[in-house]
Amino acid sequence: MRPEYRYALMNTQTPHPPVLSMRNISITLGGRKILNSVSLDVERGELKVLIGPSGGGKSTFLQCMNLLVTPDAGSVSIEGASVNPHDKKALCRLRQDVGMIFQDFNLFDHLTAVKNVAIALRRVKGMSREAAEERAMHELGRVGLTDKADLYPAHLSGGQKQRVAIARALAMDPKVILLDEPTSALDPELVGEVLAVIRDLAKSGMTMIMATHQMDFATALASEILFMEQGNIIERGTPGSLLAPDSATRTRDFCTRLADM
Amino acid sequence: MLRSEKRTHRLLRLYIPPDSGWRGTLSALSGFLACITVFCCEKGMPEFFTTLNSLIPQFFDKLLVIWEALPYILGGALVTAATIVGALGLGLILGIPMAVGQIYGPVPVRLFVRLYVWFFRGTPLLVLLFLFYFGLFQFIGLDVSAFVASCLVLGLTSAAYQSQIFRASISALPMGQMKAARALGMSDAQALRNVILPQALRLSIPGWSNEFSILLKDSALAYALGTPEIMARVNFVATRTYTHLPLYIVAAILYFIITLIGLYFLRALERRARIPGYNM
Ligand SMILES: Nc1ncnc2c1ncn2[C@@H]1O[C@H](COP(=O)(O)OP(=O)(O)OP(=O)(O)O)[C@@H](O)[C@H]1O
Ligand SMILES: [Mg+2]
Repeated sequence: MRPEYRYALMNTQTPHPPVLSMRNISITLGGRKILNSVSLDVERGELKVLIGPSGGGKSTFLQCMNLLVTPDAGSVSIEGASVNPHDKKALCRLRQDVGMIFQDFNLFDHLTAVKNVAIALRRVKGMSREAAEERAMHELGRVGLTDKADLYPAHLSGGQKQRVAIARALAMDPKVILLDEPTSALDPELVGEVLAVIRDLAKSGMTMIMATHQMDFATALASEILFMEQGNIIERGTPGSLLAPDSATRTRDFCTRLADM
Repeated sequence: MLRSEKRTHRLLRLYIPPDSGWRGTLSALSGFLACITVFCCEKGMPEFFTTLNSLIPQFFDKLLVIWEALPYILGGALVTAATIVGALGLGLILGIPMAVGQIYGPVPVRLFVRLYVWFFRGTPLLVLLFLFYFGLFQFIGLDVSAFVASCLVLGLTSAAYQSQIFRASISALPMGQMKAARALGMSDAQALRNVILPQALRLSIPGWSNEFSILLKDSALAYALGTPEIMARVNFVATRTYTHLPLYIVAAILYFIITLIGLYFLRALERRARIPGYNM
């Protein structure tokens, strides 16, 4: 979509459209309905937490948000402008605005930490090598990894890899960051360092949507918790309302069982 | 050819160990002894010595033939080297897009690559050489030398094999690499260029070394088109000087040396391209 068109759309709508808005997303994969017309709006500065049993569709939903997976039906809008999933240029622009953190890091194995962060700045944003690497060093500093800049992913711990991945996403100046179980592949003692970085991001007002099973973290920071099961958001609300000791919600039930394990 | 000479050939053939290591040497030695025993029993000692006598002066004759023909034969080695550099290069240039097309391309592209690979892997190289040089190239009015023709045919064949090497390497990369690249806003072409191919090509070096050494030996078939490469020149000299065995040994040694040099450079490339801490 051309920029002027984007502005035209923004002006006709509310003064502050949601940063990211998913409307009636449905998708069928391998003959099974994975997402069943789910919708979600994220306002600036919010942290939405997706929880739910394995196979509930959290990852698929997150990947529909930056159109890594093309939904069969429904629309994705960023700041009020809906994105055509078949327009390659618009896709690339959407994905620059929507950062993504994966469960298994997905650092580029052939590049050092600093080059991992710099590569998209150079190739996508067209920055010079010096400018890109300077920016990359700044982002690595933000996640506390200045001294690991020249190490290859194979020489980083899981927690360090995930922090590099966060720096890589931040370097693109995203409007929203999607995190798909960012600590699930980590040894327990490394979870803390990654959550600390995400907590700082949330406190600094970064808009985020995160799938996680870290309920203490979610309870403390989430603006809203969404419980997903079998491709539906079956419960949603503030942590306080969903997890109150006297509430008989599926979410609370699920969290109790999580805690028992 | 002299009778004694023929016999020498048979004797010499037994000199060559069937396989390397002390076992091979031992069996060659015992074979040699057995041969002498049989020879002596059949012909008697005197003829054995006359054979041996005639063998030694001929040995120097043959060295001289090799020495004089060497520049000519080494020229053939250059032609062979040029052939495989051209063929490997063509195979590389065609093989990479074919591998990418087979994995990421639309259905017609995938189908084309599969057909192409099926055709070139399923047809003997000699048939392909004749088919293209005497058939197809003439049919479409392409007037090329035997050298260019063998480069093209070997290259097209190698492209089929190389595409499968690259395809395997690309498939071996975790899906997440492409996803992460796309998630950063890279187009598919950018992701391929910056993320997928740099890793896949590194993974391909061992397979590619294999392809090099196979192609080098297959290049001897270019002789059939009249390309003036090692085999053609060795054969030319051999038939005119009746020096077959020593010259074919020279040919074998030349192929061996070219293989070693090529593999040495590819090994060096592999070391240089190694990603620290990453097991390939
Ligand atoms: N490409 C695909 N083809 C077929 N089925 C798929 C595909 N991708 C995902 N699925 C199915 O979709 C369902 C939802 O998967 P998804 O990964 O979104 O769940 P999840 O909530 O993230 O689970 P987890 O907590 O295990 O990560 C699963 O049953 C999975 O098997
Ligand atoms: Mg998941």
